[in-house]
Amino acid sequence: MDEQVPVKKVTGWRLFLKTILARAYPRVIGQQRDTSWMLFDVLMPFGSMVAYVLVYQAIGAPQEYVGFVVMGGAMTAFWMNILWSMSSQLYWEKETGNLGLYIAAPGSMMAILLGMALGGLVATTLRALVITVAGSLMFHVQYQIASFGQLFIVFVLEMVALYGMGMMLASLFLLLGREAWHMVNLAQEPVFLASGFYFPIKSFPFWVAAAASIIPLTLGMDAMRQLVFPSGFKIGFLTVGVEIAVLLVLSVTFLVAAKVLLAHMEKLAIREGRLTESRR
Amino acid sequence: MPPFAIETENLGRIYKIRGTKKEKAIRKELVALADVNLKIEQGELFGLLGPNGAGKTTLIKILVTLLSPTSGLARVAGIDVSTAPQLVRPRINMVSGGESSGYGLLTVRENLWMFSQFYGVPSKAAYHRIDELLKRVGIFDRRHTRSSDLSTGLRQKMNIVRGFMTDPAVLFLDEPTLGLDVGASREVRRLIREWLDEDKSRTLLLTTHYMVEADELCDRVAIINQGRVLACDSPSSLKQRLQKEAIFEIETSALNGFSATSLENFPGIHRVSCQEGDGSATLNIILKEEAALAVVINTLTAADIRIMKLSKHEPTLEDVFVNLVGRSMADVETAGENG
Repeated sequence: MDEQVPVKKVTGWRLFLKTILARAYPRVIGQQRDTSWMLFDVLMPFGSMVAYVLVYQAIGAPQEYVGFVVMGGAMTAFWMNILWSMSSQLYWEKETGNLGLYIAAPGSMMAILLGMALGGLVATTLRALVITVAGSLMFHVQYQIASFGQLFIVFVLEMVALYGMGMMLASLFLLLGREAWHMVNLAQEPVFLASGFYFPIKSFPFWVAAAASIIPLTLGMDAMRQLVFPSGFKIGFLTVGVEIAVLLVLSVTFLVAAKVLLAHMEKLAIREGRLTESRR
Repeated sequence: MPPFAIETENLGRIYKIRGTKKEKAIRKELVALADVNLKIEQGELFGLLGPNGAGKTTLIKILVTLLSPTSGLARVAGIDVSTAPQLVRPRINMVSGGESSGYGLLTVRENLWMFSQFYGVPSKAAYHRIDELLKRVGIFDRRHTRSSDLSTGLRQKMNIVRGFMTDPAVLFLDEPTLGLDVGASREVRRLIREWLDEDKSRTLLLTTHYMVEADELCDRVAIINQGRVLACDSPSSLKQRLQKEAIFEIETSALNGFSATSLENFPGIHRVSCQEGDGSATLNIILKEEAALAVVINTLTAADIRIMKLSKHEPTLEDVFVNLVGRSMADVETAGENG
């Protein structure tokens, strides 16, 4: 074997950053190599979106409702990504043997989760863009953006809070086996309803809408609708300022909860021997 | 004096097995490890030899910080794996036989690069090391192949490279040649030996149930069964323990219900293990004195069992195992005695 020169490995925040980027890599590159996402993550949400648009058009709803639906259709890609590629991901990582390797490596699990989130966010944003552009062109959706700055802040906070929630759920699911799959299935459809993917959540009683706001997509979509459609503010649940403040609180809460839960669950899983042992 | 690379003191692990809903009240326990005491020096290639389910993998999982012990203490590079796992992890790496880690959509090189980043290896150095190791294991030409397109053997070679590339102080290989053909296994064994010879401070813990592998590679071997270490010494010393005894292998016709282990009741016969095949059987017999061979032959003949081949051989690690456990490793695995 050639004489190997000892390599100085990085530690601290540089290792943290390297871990994030390395774990994000398979998600970003995977999207280019496996194009089945076009069918599952674009065409299928697109189908649901078209159905809602046709219903709204049939009952003569205002044209902006079509825009609401297109936005909701695009955002489903993020929710699906959170459920299937964040929350239940550690179950799959355990089955393939990756989870043990992640934990036994010096890079932190929090960085692994952040990498999964970053990769998922980048890949899913492209999917959401495809749905938005296709839907807008097909149904002639008109946008009138009230504030680019606020729109940017809302989107960023919405994504931070949403992926923070995904990381928190992933930590909780660390102890689960195959039942994680069923729980994810269970969470999928109710959130489409509760978060108002295809209609304004103002249609709900206040407390129902408030409870649904625990899902960051609820207030995120509501705020974005207010900011990009001329009459959006009329059907807004809360003012954009309040929604930004709540999203900020959710972002911090979910990220902190993810860190605390991850540390706790990792300890518990190591104690109970459930990081690699699916048979016991 | 440098600390032991690996040290365990009365290490134990008990699994609580969850039963079905009806059995919920009954919490079964499985002792996977009991009172394991090992001291492995820096630079050693140490083997854990035992049948499937003997506790080898459990021990490795504890040492690589994936499982906490229920009793005792384990240290790697002088650091307690239970109280300071974050200090142990930069110093170690592990590879398991038959693992399917990584992502199928990534190429061999990309997968390896990804794992190197989790250890903080700068990308340029990582690629250099990956390419060099891929050449060593003979899959450099497959570096741009997606790992999902690799055969089991090639995938295992990729995993082996993943273990070596971060240059750990202590490397854990759990059944590293599982699923590899003879040639590939030989290459892996050569790589292991070279890696250790290159830097005397490196330590390697290998688990295997291949006797030849343990015999050929390891400086010392611990024989483990039902979670307990039964013997620990160099392969030659372990075999020397049987030098005074005569070991015979007898191939016979079908035993037709005859219990081979009943031969142990005769004086001068120490251990008998038997592997029955289709219409034939192979008896491995350890005799305290060679004269007892006549008793064996007479007894078999009287039981209408035909002797087809009889040979005397030098003790092997398999014989050592039989001597310690009373049965061959294959028999233990078949009987499922190890949980």
